[in-house]
Amino acid sequence: MLPHLKLVAGQSASELRVDRAGVAIGRTPIIREITFTARAGEFTAIIGPSGSGKTTLLKAMTGELAYSGSILLAGLETGQLSAEYLAQLRGVLPQASQISFPLNVSEVVGLGVIDRRQGRASRSRRIGEALCRVGLAGFEGRTYQELSGGEQQRVQLARVLCQVWEPVADGGQPRWLFLDEPVSSLDIKHQFQIMRLAADYAASGGGVVAVMHDLNLTAAFADRILVMKNGRRLSFGARDEVMRADLLSDAYDFPLALTRFEESDVPLVVPAPGSDR
Amino acid sequence: MSGVTLPERSARSFFRFGGSHACEGSREPLARAAIALLTVVAGLTMLASLAIGPISIPVLDLLPHLPGRVLAADAGAPEGVSVRDWIVIMEIRLPRVVLGALVGAALAVAGAVMQGLFRNPLADPGIVGVSAGAGLGAALFIVLGNAVLAPAMAVLGIYAVPLAAFVGGLITTLLLYRIGTRGGITSVATLLLAGIALGALTGAMTGLLVYAADDQQLRDLQFWGLGSLAGSNWEKVASAAPIILIMLVSVPFLARGLNGLTLGEAAASHIGIRVQRLKNISILLVAAATGASVAVSGGIGFVGIVVPHLLRLTIGPDHRYLLPASALLGAILLIAADTLARTIVAPAELPIGIITAFAGAPFFLWILLRKRGLTGL
Repeated sequence: MLPHLKLVAGQSASELRVDRAGVAIGRTPIIREITFTARAGEFTAIIGPSGSGKTTLLKAMTGELAYSGSILLAGLETGQLSAEYLAQLRGVLPQASQISFPLNVSEVVGLGVIDRRQGRASRSRRIGEALCRVGLAGFEGRTYQELSGGEQQRVQLARVLCQVWEPVADGGQPRWLFLDEPVSSLDIKHQFQIMRLAADYAASGGGVVAVMHDLNLTAAFADRILVMKNGRRLSFGARDEVMRADLLSDAYDFPLALTRFEESDVPLVVPAPGSDR
Repeated sequence: MSGVTLPERSARSFFRFGGSHACEGSREPLARAAIALLTVVAGLTMLASLAIGPISIPVLDLLPHLPGRVLAADAGAPEGVSVRDWIVIMEIRLPRVVLGALVGAALAVAGAVMQGLFRNPLADPGIVGVSAGAGLGAALFIVLGNAVLAPAMAVLGIYAVPLAAFVGGLITTLLLYRIGTRGGITSVATLLLAGIALGALTGAMTGLLVYAADDQQLRDLQFWGLGSLAGSNWEKVASAAPIILIMLVSVPFLARGLNGLTLGEAAASHIGIRVQRLKNISILLVAAATGASVAVSGGIGFVGIVVPHLLRLTIGPDHRYLLPASALLGAILLIAADTLARTIVAPAELPIGIITAFAGAPFFLWILLRKRGLTGL
């Protein structure tokens, strides 16, 4: 039986509070002085050019990498929580996932059902529904290794969903989804399906933190955005504060412009005129 | 479509729509049936092995007398049973079958655990040099047990050789893990090559011991090379059984962790598995089981690689079923191979290792070729 989640009173229970966090490998700092606060109920995106430290920051927040500074998840210092405890509090979708033996899809997704109070029936129902949510209904018996990269990624997402099934745990503690480029190998339909799924999770009271490469999907779904560059925070704020041509151009060292479809409040990021010269 | 039957506790629950998706992909019923079948086959194999030999013995007639004799601690033949048959069964075949079952189970489970730990179907204590390390530990005590190591021998008694083999196997496994694994990722090429090097090194050290050995010890040493269950007796059973039984009883507790580890170390940790602890216990159990097996039967190869692989092909890689099924199939195959070994050239006897190698080595190559097509080394 898993221990129950401790509830920390007050505001911090529903926040991910990162304060001057840094990660160094050896003596080389990879990220430093990162400060921001993500809230449950919101979709927080982390963007920035390749090598800016997005994934490293995510790994620090999920307890995978040792860090300096402070990363409070639900009011508790992440680095001091046990693997079992963290597993109840947050799920993590890694960038790429190889599986060592020919498990089938339902076995992979079933690894996410860590709540051992679940009976066999409710367990397999949860697996089926999670697969349905990621658009892979009926894939249960397929061998993981025989799926395409995009399908594998969605199977992994279904596994993570099973782990943190209810966005708000008993007693009101929000749960968190940490996603590392969740849609990078998906086609456009599934990109939107998965982004909608993550946004729904946030809308239902859970917290979502996702490393994103696609700025337009980010603009369409994120509530808050952290922009990173060279291992540091370049900017953090609500979507419209961050989605500015000057700021993004600076982040990516590439001239970008923002445009809008009529009757849409979602900005569209495009290369600035003349940037191809 | 039935309504949502999930434990809905929050009004803001995320999964609004439900549906009864029966889990089509479950191989669990098949796995449970396979384990039941293997249990029956294991019993039949043991009976057959007791009956078959230079003299045929009506085992089923003897069997009912067995529990009473054991309880009464009476070694004498019961009424109406030929003394010769009784002695052949009790002193020769039964200890040999029991030892074969224990060693077969231990080797197969050690292979399955090691493959889960290294996340590779080719990892096997015999192939990556753990057995050779265990053999060195055992050889040290066999040759020097009456000389330099006499005090330790006096304290440890019949457990000295299995313990020494365990320590030898443990050191080799730890070295392998250090060399073959970087940042949680095991390089198979490095692993296999390091295994060859460690195997050669420990083999050479064992070879040096030959010069310090007398005739009897030489014969004992030679027996490590190929492995054999000849010379099984109750003392050997008693020396290996505790270690192997402890291992077989504790290994099911690793199943969930090893299942999680198929996702990789980071993701296993994400779903709440204490990876470092899992690795430590696995290494300890693999070394203990390999050590105990090698100490009583030498280096019997390929059981640990063939058995789990065959089972993965049929019941799938779920360790909750793979581990007990491996124990059963390992016992079955080793008893069968041993029965073959002692009858095929009767009255002489083949080392059982020759038979397992004849069957196992081509199988190993087959996996290697298949795997090369899939992922490369």
